[in-house]
Amino acid sequence: MKWRAQFFTDNCRLTILYDFSMPDVVFLGPQFQEPILSQALRRLGVDGPLVSISAGWQEREGEIDELSSHVKLPVTDLALYARTERVFAQDPELHGAYGQRQGRLRRLQDLYRLRLAHAKDAARELLERDGDPDLLRHAQRSAMHTLRLLDREHLATIEREHATFRQDLRPQQRASVIPHIQELRQQIESAAAVLVAGGHVAVLANRLRLFDLQRLLAGKTLLAWSAGAMALSDYIVLFHDHPPQGAGNAEVFDAGLGLLPGVIALPHAQTRLALHSSPRIAMFARRFAPARCLTLDHGSLLHWHAGKLTAASNCWRLSRQGVLEEVRAA
Amino acid sequence: MSTTLRELLSNDPPAPAAIDAFISGNDFPLVDRSGVTFVFRGEADAVLLRCWIHGLPTAQLLERVAQSDLWLLRIDLPANSRIEYKFEVVRGERGDWITDPLNPHKAADPFGANSVCQGFGYERPQWTLPDPQSRPGALEELRVGSASLDVVSRLFTYVPARFRRSRRYPLLIVHDGEDYLRFADLKTVLDNLIHRLEIPPMIVCLTQSADRLREYAGDDRHARFLSEELLPLMRMKYPLLDEPAGRGLMGASFGAVASLHAAWRNPGVYGRLLLQSGSFAFSDIGHHRRTPVFDPVVRFVNEFRAQPGEPSGRMYLSCGIYESLIYENRSMVPLLTEQGIQVRYEEVRDGHNWENWRDRLRTGLSWLFPGPSWMVYE
Repeated sequence: MKWRAQFFTDNCRLTILYDFSMPDVVFLGPQFQEPILSQALRRLGVDGPLVSISAGWQEREGEIDELSSHVKLPVTDLALYARTERVFAQDPELHGAYGQRQGRLRRLQDLYRLRLAHAKDAARELLERDGDPDLLRHAQRSAMHTLRLLDREHLATIEREHATFRQDLRPQQRASVIPHIQELRQQIESAAAVLVAGGHVAVLANRLRLFDLQRLLAGKTLLAWSAGAMALSDYIVLFHDHPPQGAGNAEVFDAGLGLLPGVIALPHAQTRLALHSSPRIAMFARRFAPARCLTLDHGSLLHWHAGKLTAASNCWRLSRQGVLEEVRAA
Repeated sequence: MSTTLRELLSNDPPAPAAIDAFISGNDFPLVDRSGVTFVFRGEADAVLLRCWIHGLPTAQLLERVAQSDLWLLRIDLPANSRIEYKFEVVRGERGDWITDPLNPHKAADPFGANSVCQGFGYERPQWTLPDPQSRPGALEELRVGSASLDVVSRLFTYVPARFRRSRRYPLLIVHDGEDYLRFADLKTVLDNLIHRLEIPPMIVCLTQSADRLREYAGDDRHARFLSEELLPLMRMKYPLLDEPAGRGLMGASFGAVASLHAAWRNPGVYGRLLLQSGSFAFSDIGHHRRTPVFDPVVRFVNEFRAQPGEPSGRMYLSCGIYESLIYENRSMVPLLTEQGIQVRYEEVRDGHNWENWRDRLRTGLSWLFPGPSWMVYE
């Protein structure tokens, strides 16, 4: 069962559309040390050939020897990164327009980041302030509303950019792309499951979008980790509470494939987020509600079957009350 | 003063057994929120604290406790400070400089080792310690003959984990590179920061001079060696980014002078400079008051201050406020920013030593070479 949620509606209510084609989705934490992917495959009863998407690894794409030996099943990489390079070489018009769009997206992100810094400072200060509870509550709600509005506007702007690009360039109907989509469809159909690795989340999301993976992956068993999980969610949130440079304000970056709605995946949360800080947890959770903000660290596993969470381990939800709640299967 | 020390001193003189218990029951020196008490036990005619904190005397006498063999000295030390020191133990006409026998924390440098006093609140950064999760890079040894310097130099190159020739890498050339490896754990730091995606995978060329006080003091031959001999060699051996923002120089003390001088002599070549506790001595008027080895440094820095140009697009400078060079480093900042250079400057409560330089590497390297941590989730 696939269910699609509409976030950021004006009243923030969750709208769910059901699609009965999504059998199993598994989100995992980082897999480069002490991987549990094979354990997850066994749990799903997958014992056939697999395909992998490792475009997030960029120039290391397709270096899946360790992955193959870990899962002990034949794995073919879909080579989305390399395919994109070939498409761009063959189709200068698409390449040029893609570069222009990426430039616009970067500039939009910079503008959003500037506004976000001020809005977030205000919200954070108000959430940590003591004073008249009634007055403060109103100010806090208002600040949070401003923050959510800003995120919502930014995501809408990004989606408009993508829509314009799709409308103007029609990438999936171009001679340079069609053969790849056909080949990918065959490879995916013949696989027992699709593995989506982490890496550079923008590179990954853009390749998934270019080759229409949202459609091609419908109905397949999916196992995704780190950036892979982020890219399959409704939208991608970048985060790091203590980066070496900059303020570390979590920011909405892009729409994901929306294959597992209602979830914001937070890989490496233990090292990237100040999970000991109750105000920070509360703010993160409130800002992105009603989405569930779920940590994905080493050993984390979340398994949805027909849209229901059927297994969870070593995974925590950021709550609006500012505490971490252990995620449990229904 | 700590409670245990106060209890000990309440008996005059303290019994040897009480001193034994005090010594075995505490970590030394005794650190509290506002200061530190140095403790030495042993027979001596005098005991002096030797440390190099700008503004304080380099020698301070410890006071003997009654007729015992226990010696104490308390000094104010602000939180988060870190200082290095030795004791001078005087017996008769002889004074021996030793590390603190009661303090296990020591810092090595090319001249030996010092004891380390970590003031209240100081913690060694986690990213300076070996992390089993970090993929280790490799060190490759090279020999390079230099016509400019008329020497054959040995150097090491740090090659990051998962290196591949199909990719292009930033290059950082480090002065006193082997000292950075030995005394500032540079390899561990690089492994960790690359693993954490806080800096990109990079090639780091670790140079070491046999005559640093001459070659690093604003010497044109050294600048030629870097740009006309070493850089082409690095380009030949490794796939490097071909833009100034992908090339950096780094050094501490005289190494910082050499870095700035080489970049100044070759504008547009090195887009990134990391300068730690630079020995940027200068004289506005008259003769400088430092030792003669500073003569060429002062000539260069005076010339640089008169016509700074734009040696680099982005620079990171740091200096400890307990260093005698703090004034010179502070003076450099407005001069550089007026040239339109992006400057990040850090001051810390530390001295002219390798652990200070180690602890600043995360901020400095990630400022000059930002990693992809914001976008990459492996």
